[in-house]
Amino acid sequence: MKKTIAGTEVDVNDEGYLTDMSQWNEAIAAAIAAEEGIGPLTDAHNKVINYLRQQQAAGAALTIRSMGKSGIVTTKELYDLFPGGPLKKSSKIAGIPKPVGCI
Amino acid sequence: MSKDHPVKKMSIIVSRGSLDGIYPALIMANGARMEGIEASLFFTFFGLNGLAKATMDSLKVATVGNPALNMAMPMLGMPMTMPFPTWMGALPGVSAFATGLMNKEMEKLDIPPVREFLELISDSGGKIYACKLAMDMFKLKKEDLWERVDGVLTVGQFYEESAGEGTHILFT
Repeated sequence: MKKTIAGTEVDVNDEGYLTDMSQWNEAIAAAIAAEEGIGPLTDAHNKVINYLRQQQAAGAALTIRSMGKSGIVTTKELYDLFPGGPLKKSSKIAGIPKPVGCI
Repeated sequence: MSKDHPVKKMSIIVSRGSLDGIYPALIMANGARMEGIEASLFFTFFGLNGLAKATMDSLKVATVGNPALNMAMPMLGMPMTMPFPTWMGALPGVSAFATGLMNKEMEKLDIPPVREFLELISDSGGKIYACKLAMDMFKLKKEDLWERVDGVLTVGQFYEESAGEGTHILFT
């Protein structure tokens, strides 16, 4: 379905995740973050978001364990930056699909 | 699914000390934290095997008395309907072999070893507790346990810790 986020029309699924990561921009990220009760987005948030987008583009499966080992962010920091669902919320803000794994 | 009554907290009791006895609880606790649900793990009875420094890195898959070991056959490239007679589970080396096989498969799925998994859960804000009575019974002291245990609790304290609307207590 279509949704207008931060003045841009984008394609999202029924949970509000962007279905085409190329439609993403920083204003969209900020708007989704605000909707999720996260932010304002800092450099620390953006580092995670950029890393997620790189990993998604590379086709990597994202897990909470791999994030903690990435060197980008520790597990503790990730939970602090994105409270209430670190991987789920950061992925939504990064404009990539919701992670499907259990780990 | 009821949006009015979400699960807010999982209090998970870990009573078994085999590798396959401990992992489900770790996965459920970590999964809860990933969904923004509070989680605590309460290790009791043989579950303490997974929390004692001396044993937590060498937990074994239970091969004796486990009639479902045929489930592991696909890990060896064989169909899961291939029988694995229960008496074979008692042969020397079978448990070690099954353990190695399972650890390898779990690593492929990015499931961490027990110690690292507990660190992950603790870093995520999950709480790790040990049962006082079981520690007395097994002659364990606090210093025998993994350093990051949040506390040694009585049953009463466990229930207090679990209090709150939306808490679910799970026995594994």
